Amino acid sequence: MKTNSVERKYVIPGDLVIEGEHNPIANVIKKGNKIISTKVGMAEIGYNGVKVIPLNGTYVPRTDDVVIGKVVDMNGFAWEVDINSWFFGILTGSAVFGRQFSSSRDSMKSQFNKGECLVAKILSFDRTRDPLISISGPGLGKIKEGEIAYITSSKIPRVIGKKGAMIKLIEENTGCHLTIGQNGAILLKGTDEGREKAKKAIELIGNNAHLSDLNDKVISLISK
Amino acid sequence: MSKNNIERISGRAQDELRNVSIKAGVIKNADGSALIEFGKNKIIAAVFGPKEVHPKHMMSSNKAVIKCRYHMMPFSTDTRKRPNISRREIEISKVIREAVQPAILMEDYPRTAIEIYIEILQSDGGSRCAAINAASTALADAGINMRDLVTACAAGKANGQVVLDVDDNEDKTGEADMPIALLPNMGLITLFQLDGNLSKEEFDKALELAKTGCDKLYKLQRDALSEKYFNDKNGDKGE
Repeated sequence: MKTNSVERKYVIPGDLVIEGEHNPIANVIKKGNKIISTKVGMAEIGYNGVKVIPLNGTYVPRTDDVVIGKVVDMNGFAWEVDINSWFFGILTGSAVFGRQFSSSRDSMKSQFNKGECLVAKILSFDRTRDPLISISGPGLGKIKEGEIAYITSSKIPRVIGKKGAMIKLIEENTGCHLTIGQNGAILLKGTDEGREKAKKAIELIGNNAHLSDLNDKVISLISK
Repeated sequence: MSKNNIERISGRAQDELRNVSIKAGVIKNADGSALIEFGKNKIIAAVFGPKEVHPKHMMSSNKAVIKCRYHMMPFSTDTRKRPNISRREIEISKVIREAVQPAILMEDYPRTAIEIYIEILQSDGGSRCAAINAASTALADAGINMRDLVTACAAGKANGQVVLDVDDNEDKTGEADMPIALLPNMGLITLFQLDGNLSKEEFDKALELAKTGCDKLYKLQRDALSEKYFNDKNGDKGE
């Protein structure tokens, strides 16, 4: 049984989302022929299955996600980066210096110090290992200027909007450049005034992410 | 049920709860939190995690570890309570942990710890039930995957009649106190204690009463979460 349109409703843990033969995608469990939500959020019943878009929760690393983090610790081989998740991201020396990395030859401090922020990509993560991250790629690396705003990671899709509509809207109206980390950190680059405006817009999205007239609200805030 | 001929000291009907209010998301630094006022009980529950496990040897490689601390403030009782964790608090911490554990999908969070801190600001009877209600609301607020919420309520026997929601006075002077916790949608009982004596009939009646109490509390938990997340007091069930 498959429905033709996408249905939405608010659910909390333990709520029955729908009964029948549906495919559980995310944040739902199947009990008999019942699909039950496991999170507070918006349930979506679509063509290929049922999922709940959570309104809260910690970031779960996924391979190839771009994240923004802060170096919290380092040793001779790797940096530990706080990426707003259960575990610190591990940035190995060889991911920065290349294959010839030697802990005796290369100074870790020459690249990253404690407290410095960086844009990185998740290389690998599974249930048994801490997330490995890398900074090789366009747009990745140390953050030299700008400001970081935070939002619940599950609300990041609303910040981006449909095909990047929301991010475009904010960028055009504030003159800021936004780098979005999937872990809920957003790097803002631009004038003081623009950053302030963009921060307010992000805060608004954070508080009203579940509403459908979000676009209008952001427009009226920004164009003020 | 109407008021019986034997009045309860608090003036409540036999099947009447104390005034309860629950609010989700009261603590900024916690991942999830809830404040419950259950009659004179005032309890804050804060949930942290999933996070790294300390000490490391407690870590479980295939599921989360749940830590629970039930603690009473020195000013929560009539006479000052020493701030150390007492024998009673250790026991209640364990009981609460085991009551909420079946609701949490622990396999989703391997190698992590989920910490539940419960502080009793003011205590009246039935604080463990109130604490479980607050803790499960806080867990949902923290966005931890759960099969169901956990709802707890006590029933008991005081002045020779079976009553719902035993308060401090009835606990001390009454004949029996039976706190239960259950997963309301799944109908599973996760906590069951009984102090005192009940006959078979009284027991059945008390269990039934406690379940109706749980239903009422479940609605309040829903409302608390709906109010925070959907700006909607009535808890839109989307039906």
